[in-house]
Amino acid sequence: MKECPFLLLSTLTTSTKNSAAEKHNTLRAKAVLLHAKEVVNAQYSSKKPQRLISPPYYAVMLRGLYKALRPVFDSMRDLLPIIAVILFFQLFVLQQELPNVLDLAVGIVFVVLGLAFFLIGLEMGLFPIGESLAQAFARKGSVTWLLIFAFALGFGTTVAEPALIAVANEAAQVAANANAIDSSIESQRSYANGLRYTVALAVGFAIVIGVLRILRGWPIHIMIIIGYLSVVVMTGFAPKEIIGIAYDSGGVTTSTITVPLVTALGVGLASAIKERNPMLDGFGLIAFASLTPIIFVMAYGLLV
Amino acid sequence: MELLQNILNTLLNTMRDVMPIAAVIFGFQLFVIRRPIPKVKQVCIGFVYVVLGLSLFLVGLERALFPLGRLMAEQLTDPAFVANASGLAASWRDYYWVYVFAFMIGYSTTIAEPSLIAVAIKANQVSAGAISVWGLRNAVALGVAIGIALGSYRIVVGHPIHYYIISGYVVVVIQTTFAPKSIVPLAYDSGGVTTSTVTVPLVAALGLGLAENVPGRNPLIDGFGLIAFASLFPIISVMAYAQLSKLRARHKE
Repeated sequence: MKECPFLLLSTLTTSTKNSAAEKHNTLRAKAVLLHAKEVVNAQYSSKKPQRLISPPYYAVMLRGLYKALRPVFDSMRDLLPIIAVILFFQLFVLQQELPNVLDLAVGIVFVVLGLAFFLIGLEMGLFPIGESLAQAFARKGSVTWLLIFAFALGFGTTVAEPALIAVANEAAQVAANANAIDSSIESQRSYANGLRYTVALAVGFAIVIGVLRILRGWPIHIMIIIGYLSVVVMTGFAPKEIIGIAYDSGGVTTSTITVPLVTALGVGLASAIKERNPMLDGFGLIAFASLTPIIFVMAYGLLV
Repeated sequence: MELLQNILNTLLNTMRDVMPIAAVIFGFQLFVIRRPIPKVKQVCIGFVYVVLGLSLFLVGLERALFPLGRLMAEQLTDPAFVANASGLAASWRDYYWVYVFAFMIGYSTTIAEPSLIAVAIKANQVSAGAISVWGLRNAVALGVAIGIALGSYRIVVGHPIHYYIISGYVVVVIQTTFAPKSIVPLAYDSGGVTTSTVTVPLVAALGLGLAENVPGRNPLIDGFGLIAFASLFPIISVMAYAQLSKLRARHKE
């Protein structure tokens, strides 16, 4: 009725030859006509008056501003707990004044802005590229290339990781102190480099295994439990100094940029393959990446 | 001026970290997939935002929060601060402020951890809202908090680390058989996610401070290992969170 009132009106007026129903029909026609007028009026009038009633421009601007600043508010809320903990301990437990309040304020502003930018970039760049890569590989259908890519991603992102370099250097010192290697700078450096490449290999291997698991649909818990068992068994044999470092190296490897990328890749792969469920099969790549370095580092400690 | 140089340096370092990732992605896109990247402009701008954001984040942390956090870790573990509670040789109970600090700093740094936010957003999308972003983040943060508090206790009393880690693994294995199936992979992942930009520096400082100051501890052996606790306990807490919400849902019916 609303879409074409005029059409209905014309069919009605042509069918009014019967005199008995004439009065009734003209009434109906009038009603329809009135309705048509209303619809037309509403259509014409809807353009201008509604603009006038719509919220004032500053409210629209404020809403836009809030939308743009939303990540900033979010990251402020995320950082509030750290600031609260540090203030509480500084003022009430240690009972000291805050040093360099200005420096502190500038730093906090940076952290808030940085987190906000990171979150915007995450949704714009890291997530989409991970998903589109997963889809492209699934469409291409070459398992070999996908696995080579998985290895390159794992190895490449880990080998240059600054946290890993720091841990490897410290581990070399520990080994030298324990007389596992001689304490010259050169042998320490080669030990540290060896450790670094071991961890990078382990992460590359982990992503390959994880991707294979997504493709084949292997159950994750059995694989992880086997991994834990090998950690437990190897702990019994590995040299004592390396155990703490080995356990820590699992946590060090997964950097802030790798994690979103690898997660998007896994979830994208699991969604692109029909028989896989993204919730059941998409996650788990990071779990492998933090388990295999423990095993590989202990093996390295046993071999060197 | 010094601030500007600081930012530039961090920016260069972050770019160097992103280089291998970008090289792998664009290399495979060009030579293997041989197809243009969809929305290439938006993706590139996104990468610029990520690099810029991460650099600002690191500069800010390094300027404001890390020095204070490290100083606090040192002061709280200082024998002079610990001893004024009892006057005698400190027992493990006298380190109570250390445990409280470990718990609170573990929780609060995990809430701010960017990669955890990323995984939580993804899990929320994939589960069609069944897993809430805040629920997951809180569960992980609680796990890290408990893990680090327990890890500090371990350093103070000097138990060997592998007893704790192995019993943690046993708990994980038992939980895996009871937890809802769909949470298991995510729970395993949340262990590795927690320990990146924010948590590691503060937690490592706490561990080293404790190992240096507690008599009889060797910083090179006992200082490590807190991070391992921080990546084991979130697995347990996330599965526990899923089990609890399942129980509650069943209770409501």
